[in-house]
Amino acid sequence: MEKRPLTKRIQFLWAGLDPNLSFILLALVVVGNITFLSASTGTVITWVEQLRNVMIAIVIMWFTSRVPVKWLEKASVWIYSIGLGLLIAVALFGLIKKGARRWLNIGIVIQPSEIMKIAMPMMLSWYFYKREENTKLWDFGIAFLFLLLPTILIARQPDLGTAILVFAAGFYVIILAGLPWKFILPFIGIGIIGILLIVIFGDTICAKGVTWPLLKTYQQHRVCTLLDPTTDPLGKGFHTIQSMIAIGSGGFWGKGWLKGTQTHLDFIPEKHTDFIFAVYSEEFGLVGNFILLILFLLLIQRGLKIAASAPNLYTRLLGGSVTLIFFTYAFVNMAMVSGLLPVVGVPLPFISYGGTALTTLGLGTGILMSIHRHRRLVQT
Amino acid sequence: MSNKIDAAIRLDNFQKRIQIAVWFVIVCMSLLFLRFFWLQVIMHKKYSTASESNRIAIITTPAQRGLILDRNGVVIANNMPSYSLEITPADINLPPSDLIDALDKVIRIPTRDKQQFLRTIQNSKKTENLPIRNFLSDEEVSRFYARRFEFQGVDVQVRYFREYPYQQLGSHLLGYTGKVSVKDKEKLLAELEEDSDVDTPNELKSIRIKGIQSVGKIGIEQSYEKNLRGIVGSNQVEITAGGRVIRNLSVTPSIPGSNLTLAVDIKLQFLLEQLYEKRRGAAVVIEVATGDVLAFVSMPTFNPNDFVDGIDFDLWKELNESPEKPLFNRPLRGTYPPGSTFKPFMALAALEGKFRTPSQAISDPGYFQFGNNLFRDDAKNGHGVVNMYSSIALSCDTYYYILAKDMGIDAIAKFMEKVGLGQLTGIDINGEVKGILPSKEWKRNYFKDPTKGKWIDGETISIGIGQGYNSYTILQLAQATAIVANNGKVMKPHLVKVIEDPITHEKILTVPSESRVLDLKPENIKTITDGMIGVNQVGTGQIPFAGVSYLVAGKTGTAQVFSLAGKDYNASQVSEFKRDHALYIGFAPADNPKYAMAIVVENAGFGATAAAPIVRKAFDYLMLNKWPGGILEWKNAH
Repeated sequence: MEKRPLTKRIQFLWAGLDPNLSFILLALVVVGNITFLSASTGTVITWVEQLRNVMIAIVIMWFTSRVPVKWLEKASVWIYSIGLGLLIAVALFGLIKKGARRWLNIGIVIQPSEIMKIAMPMMLSWYFYKREENTKLWDFGIAFLFLLLPTILIARQPDLGTAILVFAAGFYVIILAGLPWKFILPFIGIGIIGILLIVIFGDTICAKGVTWPLLKTYQQHRVCTLLDPTTDPLGKGFHTIQSMIAIGSGGFWGKGWLKGTQTHLDFIPEKHTDFIFAVYSEEFGLVGNFILLILFLLLIQRGLKIAASAPNLYTRLLGGSVTLIFFTYAFVNMAMVSGLLPVVGVPLPFISYGGTALTTLGLGTGILMSIHRHRRLVQT
Repeated sequence: MSNKIDAAIRLDNFQKRIQIAVWFVIVCMSLLFLRFFWLQVIMHKKYSTASESNRIAIITTPAQRGLILDRNGVVIANNMPSYSLEITPADINLPPSDLIDALDKVIRIPTRDKQQFLRTIQNSKKTENLPIRNFLSDEEVSRFYARRFEFQGVDVQVRYFREYPYQQLGSHLLGYTGKVSVKDKEKLLAELEEDSDVDTPNELKSIRIKGIQSVGKIGIEQSYEKNLRGIVGSNQVEITAGGRVIRNLSVTPSIPGSNLTLAVDIKLQFLLEQLYEKRRGAAVVIEVATGDVLAFVSMPTFNPNDFVDGIDFDLWKELNESPEKPLFNRPLRGTYPPGSTFKPFMALAALEGKFRTPSQAISDPGYFQFGNNLFRDDAKNGHGVVNMYSSIALSCDTYYYILAKDMGIDAIAKFMEKVGLGQLTGIDINGEVKGILPSKEWKRNYFKDPTKGKWIDGETISIGIGQGYNSYTILQLAQATAIVANNGKVMKPHLVKVIEDPITHEKILTVPSESRVLDLKPENIKTITDGMIGVNQVGTGQIPFAGVSYLVAGKTGTAQVFSLAGKDYNASQVSEFKRDHALYIGFAPADNPKYAMAIVVENAGFGATAAAPIVRKAFDYLMLNKWPGGILEWKNAH
């Protein structure tokens, strides 16, 4: 019998992977690794470790893409419940590092809030899917309960960055599920008014001795230094000032790969993790930034397209919210590094170094691939 | 029908929301782009200037490591200034590899150092001064200065290195420091994670970690690393865009580490190490009332100074592969069958458990038959009528064969556990081992297999004379002796007595005076003490302790290393490493115990002839301040 050519025999490796999405992801990972090579100079982390993390993420993505969406749907409640249980366990007997109780030792040390980034949209998508035929207004109320419980647990760890991301993930599902505009607009209104108030009355509320309700002192500090980083140039404002200098001095064309002085003279903090965008921006300039923004836009456009042609409400909501979460990661990170948002611990997706974040991203993209495999065929 | 329409409407609604999301994303991304445009085009000049003048770098200054002093204030680990040849990568005008080759023509730079340097330079800041060669001689320094102009970015600096002025002396207790390895770095970073101090910014903390140049690797240097280390200082300096330093902006001085005062009497340590001559072994002397470890001997020793700047590979190989095992910390990690030194503890166990009274006697025919096995006594024809006193003084095996059989293994194990045999003593250096306290449970766990792991009654017999599975560290034997000498009061043994802050001079004691007390009857302790005094008056220890002017309680021991399977032992016919170990335990003065000691001289034969004379000289020094003849005086120790 005639042997099938090799390309045919290994076709199963990429069969079912959306080529468009794969190509965009590949481009992002390449950009990430080029930047990492520059950013990791002077740290103990090697490129091998970063490559290993990328490989793990790819393997996770590949396996997730093979999972039938039906299984994902059935597993939703379980994953959410386990995630919630682990969060409660963290609150009761989690490990404390750097003053925050975020980790749990179950043989290996894990960070359960990370699971929620995926579990939350799965759960809410599942809920609205089950209520699809007969969605009532109070269903949104229940969805909010599902949303708020883990968010509050995470915010209390304290881990504001992750809490915001988890909240956003669930909130996207609720909006996509059709929360009436009369409920959405007030949210947006309050947000805009709040930000305006903080900006206008910044001097008063950041004066010495004023303490804010709900937020921790260090979180208050971050907001205040954002309003005026120069108040504390060598302290809390240092990060923001230095990363803004890095971006700004990069100019139109950038200083060139490995030539960023801010990076290589160690002015950029966390330069291979949360602040890696400053490294990229300094070395590749506005042109580089434009390319990166376009790559993220393409990624989001592709993800939303997959969601729009998904087979049922569950996959539609899940695909849409996962994609929008990628957007939120990217936006919050770049806005934070360029001084538009306060410093919260959010990595730049596919670019920042870090195993946990890449694992979550691998899962997310895997889910999108899986949804794409099971897309609605052309309707007759 | 209506369902289908509903579904179509819902899908339509969903796609509308997706449309809105797309616009939302585009608006946000545009906002970002505008921000970048603002920063990178409109404000570019301002930030470009800021980056040009961004000339603050932080250079670390190492902290002086704390000194280590013996209990009488003799400095046994200090910091010695030494010349280092250093390269500042930002300032050099040649590729590093070529530069080193050129330097090699003036000052010899081993290939190993060159390769190591080229690796470090990859992961270092340009402004950092990196040493390429340490410990330059005065001649090398002057040779370099004569041609200094040829080497831009290279300079000679004074750096401080750990120095152990007495070389090999006490190396196993002191340990040594060495360069920060990748593993050490990971440990330091992990320490940073655990740090709960929220007042110090994280950047400052990581600068402090980065500035650490050497860490304690073993011994006290390792276990008290955090106290000894101090806090790295940091200089804010102005630098050019290329990284060259122009001037200092602010200086945060380093804070020296704490000084340690040891419990150890280094003179006693010096005496004991010499008394071993070329032999191997371990000895521990404990001050009974405090748990102070006065001497902690492991022979042979090594020179810790060889490790400070990274040990030479050949020397490392030699140390590591030597059959004498000079790197092996014997009192801490070496386990030995206690031999007859086990007998006083057996006797005490028998009294406490009411298995024997002091006067109860046996008749010793020179052997004990158990089933088909004959257990022989040292004295071929036996010791005659033996009570508890003479069983200790004359070291009668038969008495203890029978006693062990009567007590049973678990009753023995229960008592020995109480006095700390086969248990960690909790001494303040890392790596202590437990040894083996034989019991039914131990054997079951050890062999796993239920048939192999079943305790055989015959095995209990030789346990009674400290043979069989018994295996303890000399530290445990010394500690058990000290507990008995201290009337059952347990003091945790410790090498370091006081940690002293070099600035405030605040002193912290490492071990509090409070401690636990074992429930041992004073009259029982007196009985075995009398037996142990008898050892040195009428028994096996009478020759080495002849003419002693204070009372010494002791027990000799000879431990079989190699089973002769019933044949007679003849030292000259057995290869050196299979000869018997000589042991001795004791305390003095017996009427008011101050010092307890345990010792092993490996493969040296009888405890009475090889081990006891060393103990006699140590006790003479402690009690009478007498220094034996034919031994180097302390003033010649350097």
